[in-house]
Amino acid sequence: MATLTTDKKPARSASRANGRPRPELIFGDLWEFDPAPETADPKLKPRYDLFIGGKFVAPASGKYFDSINPANEQKLAELAVGGAADVDAAYQAASKAFESVWGKMPGKERGKYLFRIARLLQDRAREFAVAETMDNGKPIRETRDFDVPMAAAHFFYHGGWADKLDYAAPGRRMAPLGVVAQVIPWNFPLLMLSWKIAPALAAGNCVVIKPATNTPINAVKLAEIFQDAGLPPGVVNVITGPGSTGGLMMAHPSAAKIAFTGSTEVGKVIMRSVAGTEKKMTMELGGKAANIVFDDAPIDQAVEGIVNGIFFNQGQVCCAGSRLLVHESVADLVVSKLKNRLRVLRVGDPLDKNTDVGAIVSRAQLDSIQEYLDIGVKEGAEMWQPPFRRPAKGFFLPPTIFTGVTMSHRIAREEIFGPVLSILTFRTVEEAIEKANNTAYGLSAGVWTDKGSRILKMSTELKAGVVWANTFNKFDPTSPFGGYKESGFGREGGRQGLLDYAKLV
Amino acid sequence: MLANSPSAALARLFDEVGTVDCVGVEERVAKYTTRSIKKASKVKGLKLAVSMVDLTTLEGKDTPGKVASLCRKALRPHEDPGVPSVAAVCVYPAMVRHARKALGSDTAVRIASVATAFPSGQAPLKTRLAEVKAAVADGADEIDMVINRGAYLAGELAEVQDEIAAVSAARGDATLKVILEVSELETYDNIRAASFLAMRVIREGDFIKTSTGKTSLNATLGNNQVMLEAIRDFYLDTGVAIGMKPAGGIRTAKQSLQFLIAVKETLGDAWLTNERYRFGASALLNDLLRQIETQKTGAYQAPYYFSDAAESY
Repeated sequence: MATLTTDKKPARSASRANGRPRPELIFGDLWEFDPAPETADPKLKPRYDLFIGGKFVAPASGKYFDSINPANEQKLAELAVGGAADVDAAYQAASKAFESVWGKMPGKERGKYLFRIARLLQDRAREFAVAETMDNGKPIRETRDFDVPMAAAHFFYHGGWADKLDYAAPGRRMAPLGVVAQVIPWNFPLLMLSWKIAPALAAGNCVVIKPATNTPINAVKLAEIFQDAGLPPGVVNVITGPGSTGGLMMAHPSAAKIAFTGSTEVGKVIMRSVAGTEKKMTMELGGKAANIVFDDAPIDQAVEGIVNGIFFNQGQVCCAGSRLLVHESVADLVVSKLKNRLRVLRVGDPLDKNTDVGAIVSRAQLDSIQEYLDIGVKEGAEMWQPPFRRPAKGFFLPPTIFTGVTMSHRIAREEIFGPVLSILTFRTVEEAIEKANNTAYGLSAGVWTDKGSRILKMSTELKAGVVWANTFNKFDPTSPFGGYKESGFGREGGRQGLLDYAKLV
Repeated sequence: MLANSPSAALARLFDEVGTVDCVGVEERVAKYTTRSIKKASKVKGLKLAVSMVDLTTLEGKDTPGKVASLCRKALRPHEDPGVPSVAAVCVYPAMVRHARKALGSDTAVRIASVATAFPSGQAPLKTRLAEVKAAVADGADEIDMVINRGAYLAGELAEVQDEIAAVSAARGDATLKVILEVSELETYDNIRAASFLAMRVIREGDFIKTSTGKTSLNATLGNNQVMLEAIRDFYLDTGVAIGMKPAGGIRTAKQSLQFLIAVKETLGDAWLTNERYRFGASALLNDLLRQIETQKTGAYQAPYYFSDAAESY
């Protein structure tokens, strides 16, 4: 696509040279928005225990750790440090529930519990959204409009499967695995919880789950909903604690399956630890997705997709579009439009309804991202950030883009897990595919073009679990999600995700 | 031969100015509706919206008396002196001289007149140009013209553009607003392309406008966004700042704030003025006043204080 030239252009350029300033847009404070904080009560308790066998119980160690709000560094609540004895107790409770109740219950009855959980979560949606925002730092706009509704949708969807398992694998019958161990990350605490628990329960399994150390609150709050829903004791057990507790859970002999979402590094450690056992595994690990913009793409909407791709949830998304591959002929246009768009993204208090980009989850994560910014600059890429006033407290980073990035730069190869976009250019379709696939990861990719046949070609050639066309970061419970290569294996969501929680007999 | 075909002309124009993805635009504008405008920023936004209203009456039953009362409302929308007067009144050409009589010559409120065989535009060009000249002679400060949608859809783009240029020449010193009638162009691609056709032949400070208000679909956040982005791209390319006027369908204060947020986040502060942004509306003004009063007193007023009917000015 040509840029917006008309034949009058030379005359105007001349007048510009004569002292007329280059046209610019002013995004100032002529009409500034007043603070609009979400005021719903998150109903936090000062201290949360472990949820084992349908009851909240104190940890054997008697120790607790703090969960803080990354937006103001204040303590939110204390959570139990689960240890080996607690993990044992959880597996005993889960095994008992599986043998005596849940594994034998007709699917139709199990489905009722899932629907009930979904409805209770909807009833308390605003409360969970605020708790999620305070614990994680992501903007209330996202928790309210995405995380919580999507979490409920996963319970609804899998509730629907529970009585239809006989039709999920034609010619075969599905049988539950037993007790499954699930360890989830901090980037979507409630959603990950839901999309792991719901299919496991629908298929008739019982669960021992550990939320991330940084973001445990909604896991124990969801346990309150399990109690309210009358879920039989032991069907789901929630163990909070450090990463080592997760290690104990995965290595436990009673675990029939391990479902892990997190970094590739930790995923490799876990796989080594269970090598040689009969445990089934699914791993959803890191990513370095290519978002590919062709010259015939609708540029403004592509820019919006780039923003949704990498600045959604502060870029702390495993499938984030962290590598922008843009057709060389439109690269300048895309970058200038992107910069104008980033100047109106609002970074700040996550509880403010007008905030687009909230806080980074922890100081350690912020430091790690900052380190990558330094590396990017040192390796010769050009860094750009919009004007940004850093709040006095909290872990904030403005949206950041790097231009002049090459495939050998570390910021183009390694997962940064933050609001940092590396921009590369390409000339032909083949070059785009080659660059997109030249990575250890393969979780997601995006294609922006007006040409339908090109979308189909790209979706076949890109080695990624999800390929989005003319959109990015769209999720649905019916759509399987998972990776290629070092992004992991196994799928979550859809029929495929359900089958990963069952034996076919 | 192929290069001269009407379809080639449209294809070239799309290729030149770029296309629009419908799903993406609607996703973008949905974000404007989740912005939360409170307290002082709300009052400021509401008053800004009042100052941008083109208070409109375009009815077969318009009379000099109705136009006179509309003009008084335009000058002094509310007893509160903190509420500004509106930007303009918008009337049919036959009513321009009555509006001028009601407003006088020394007034902040401008007189806009729809001309060019509004709303269809289906009259000979000569007739349309004569109508424009007559309205200006009667005292119109602004002319709201309609483009030739029939010619556009037939691919006769040169004809569309030449007619806009002809009207532009005929309007003298008056400000020109070019109505695209988005519901008849139908696609966002067409709306963007037609915006460029118009902007290339009008003057700095002129406007492009969504619609006549006489068809089923009028201003929406979606077509407003497409036109704002066209204005932005044209400005960054040429330095010529064109204004924008969504018209029809904006009935509530809340809607008008959402449109203003779109302006703030797409074109920036320089367009948050009635010299570059207008609302073509009639019922909107009373809802703005109702909300301003609500902010001031902390309570909603009884419905009979502010009529919903555009008739009661």
